[in-house]
Amino acid sequence: MTTKVLAIDDSRTIRNLLRVSLEGAGFEFHSACDGEEGVEVFPDVDPDVVITDINMPKLDGFGVIDALRSGPNRTHVPILVLTTESSDDLKSRARDAGATGWIVKPFDDASLVSVLRRLTGHAA
Amino acid sequence: MSGPSIRDTFFEECEELLEALVEGLSQMEEDGQNMDVINAVFRSVHSIKGGAGAFGLDQLVGFAHTFETVLDKVRDGEIAVSEPLMSLFHRSGDHLSDLVAAARDGTDTQAETEAALTAELEQHLGEDAEEEEFSFDALTLDLDAAPPLAELQFVIAFSPHRALYQNGHEPLLLFDALAELGQIEVTATHDTLPDFDAFDPDDALLSWRITLTTAESETTLHEVFEFVEGLCDLTISTEERPAEIIPFEPMTELGDSDGDASADHPPSPDPGAAANAAPVCKSTTSSAAKDARGPKPTLRVDLDRVDRLINTVGELIINQAMVSQRIEELDIPTVAHLTNELEAYKLLARDIQEGVMAIRAQPVKPLFQRMSRIVREASDATEKKAKLVTVGDATEVDKTVIERLADPLTHMIRNAVDHGLEQPQTRIEAGKDPTGTIRLSAAHRSGSVFIEIADDGAGLDRERVLAKAIEKQLVPADADLSEPEIDNLLFLPGFSTAGQVSNLSGRGVGMDVVKNAVQALGGRVSITSQHGKGTTFTIVLPLTLAVMDGFVISVADQTMVIPIASILETIRPRTADIHPVGTDCEVVSVRGSYVPIIDVAENLNLADRITDKTTGILLLVETELQGLVALRIAAIHDQRQVVIKSLESNYAAIPGVSAATILGDGKIALILDPEELIRLAQSRGPDPVNQLPRMELRHG
Repeated sequence: MTTKVLAIDDSRTIRNLLRVSLEGAGFEFHSACDGEEGVEVFPDVDPDVVITDINMPKLDGFGVIDALRSGPNRTHVPILVLTTESSDDLKSRARDAGATGWIVKPFDDASLVSVLRRLTGHAA
Repeated sequence: MSGPSIRDTFFEECEELLEALVEGLSQMEEDGQNMDVINAVFRSVHSIKGGAGAFGLDQLVGFAHTFETVLDKVRDGEIAVSEPLMSLFHRSGDHLSDLVAAARDGTDTQAETEAALTAELEQHLGEDAEEEEFSFDALTLDLDAAPPLAELQFVIAFSPHRALYQNGHEPLLLFDALAELGQIEVTATHDTLPDFDAFDPDDALLSWRITLTTAESETTLHEVFEFVEGLCDLTISTEERPAEIIPFEPMTELGDSDGDASADHPPSPDPGAAANAAPVCKSTTSSAAKDARGPKPTLRVDLDRVDRLINTVGELIINQAMVSQRIEELDIPTVAHLTNELEAYKLLARDIQEGVMAIRAQPVKPLFQRMSRIVREASDATEKKAKLVTVGDATEVDKTVIERLADPLTHMIRNAVDHGLEQPQTRIEAGKDPTGTIRLSAAHRSGSVFIEIADDGAGLDRERVLAKAIEKQLVPADADLSEPEIDNLLFLPGFSTAGQVSNLSGRGVGMDVVKNAVQALGGRVSITSQHGKGTTFTIVLPLTLAVMDGFVISVADQTMVIPIASILETIRPRTADIHPVGTDCEVVSVRGSYVPIIDVAENLNLADRITDKTTGILLLVETELQGLVALRIAAIHDQRQVVIKSLESNYAAIPGVSAATILGDGKIALILDPEELIRLAQSRGPDPVNQLPRMELRHG
């Protein structure tokens, strides 16, 4: 079974990079251009793992995590935060918000894929 | 991979982000408190940094980071928005733009500028600038990195908090990861389990004891637990060493703690649900700051494809004209239906053409935004105060026109600040705002694009302009010129030279170059000036470069096309108006002025000169090289829109000819370039153009 990834990032460049890395590694790739759209398409995509940027228009990454982790439809799908900052403060904020893990930009493909596999337990 | 590379996409996106940045900064100047605006500005810089990092563009990343850090402080309210700060931001934005361009083109930027800006930015960061050390380490999971150690037995006590499950973690996966490191034995502790009735599905009830025999280091083990740190109680100890206890954060309760039964943990992705196909990204245009009103869905299309489509539509138009003509030639008794349908075909073809042309059209906004930088630089260099006001920046113009307009516009804007505006003191004395205004506007009017560059400066000093033109022998010393004529002297080649204008707008480039550039786009430029009120330049451009209004003419036996835009007047001369000059040349008198005649057929080596003076038509054109010239042709047949086809790419360049088109009868017709024709005539030796003084268009 292919692992479905939903990547939420407002940067076309980052979305492209993720698409190339992840499709190359055999993931099924879906993307959204901002937090609001990410939350909106989440039920339809029904991903096995979510990757989200923090700084985004409309709804930021924390808002995405909050939306996915609260309310009656809350999900326990792993959420990986993609961030340019590697500060402990941000990591603990992400964790407190309900993120499953984080990866620092720029990421290398191998680490990203390995983290995704680790979080989903799927080979791809 | 086909299509643009990711790197290309990045630079394309950078352009959008820089545009959003400039716009955001302008909005910040008006409303420094608007958090949405500040956030958008921050995001623009941040996204550039993020993308640049992925391509290892370290210099860009470094500067963007410094810039972003200061913006972050503004966002947090630690730094107040002020005029000097906005100036710094603008200059930083400019430099960021330079860095992007340099990274794209593989060129260098000015290191001094960067050092100065960075220093200035860092002043705002205060003492903690040092601490905010910028780290760009990718998360390392390199399991081979640690030197091989002797095998040790670790004992791991792992007891998850409920937040661990809520955050989407799965203990089994952690055990899997540990199992990859060596021999593992996992024992669940379930003494804490309450009675079945007392189960709270959200509670974390199980804990585990793991023994792991591995050659890996303890650090590697901790890495496995990196994401769950703080979400569990964890101790890792070795047989040999005393237990190390990781400091724990207090247990974090997340979500609703009312024991909502819908939550299932541990999470298990449902394989059944995977069958539902999922929509992908609906819109790919979300650039950082365009979100206020929600981005319109757009489609990115390779420019080549659009141009191919435009070309095909051009063929369609030609085909339509041919079909109409053929049917006409059949001379069948008019069938009303057929005529109506042919007419409908023509209209549809035009609609398609307009629609396709609209794809290439882009708003002038990015171009106009770039000009604010020019105004800033020019006012700094001249110690004048100036602001740019743009009007109608949503006006759409062909992409190529926008690209080719950048240089002339830059030059004109510099001129407007440098020559148009007065020094602040002078302005105050004249009762004006010390800050001058450059108004840059665009509008569509009657099938053309109008671009105006207006300053509210002192207006042209006509006495000086005339004196200079006389001094440079561009006009006779006793010339009696009207005001518009004097104003138009500015466009003469050789009017402005580097030696005489300031080092800012000079650079040896005169308004004649601007005029040439505009004319090359099939447009024209004019000037009006009012003493004490300012000067306005107006550029009129065609909406598209792919079609053109032209006269279908005969030259010798050939059918040709000449752009209507270049023709001032058509004259059917009387014998008395034509006068020989010397042995080989002729002039025609047009309302008291003598205008040299150039025989087109002769100059293209198609035929000998038309000797019968009364046959033929004269087309009065105004050229850069020679001022007014009369082109002699055999006849004018028609006026129509023609599709421009490049000769260079299909055949070869022909002197005097700019392009070709296909007419309704299927024949190829050359499109004449009057300017090149004059050049050709001049190179042919004795000719009226070399013997007569240059003439200018008389106004009125």
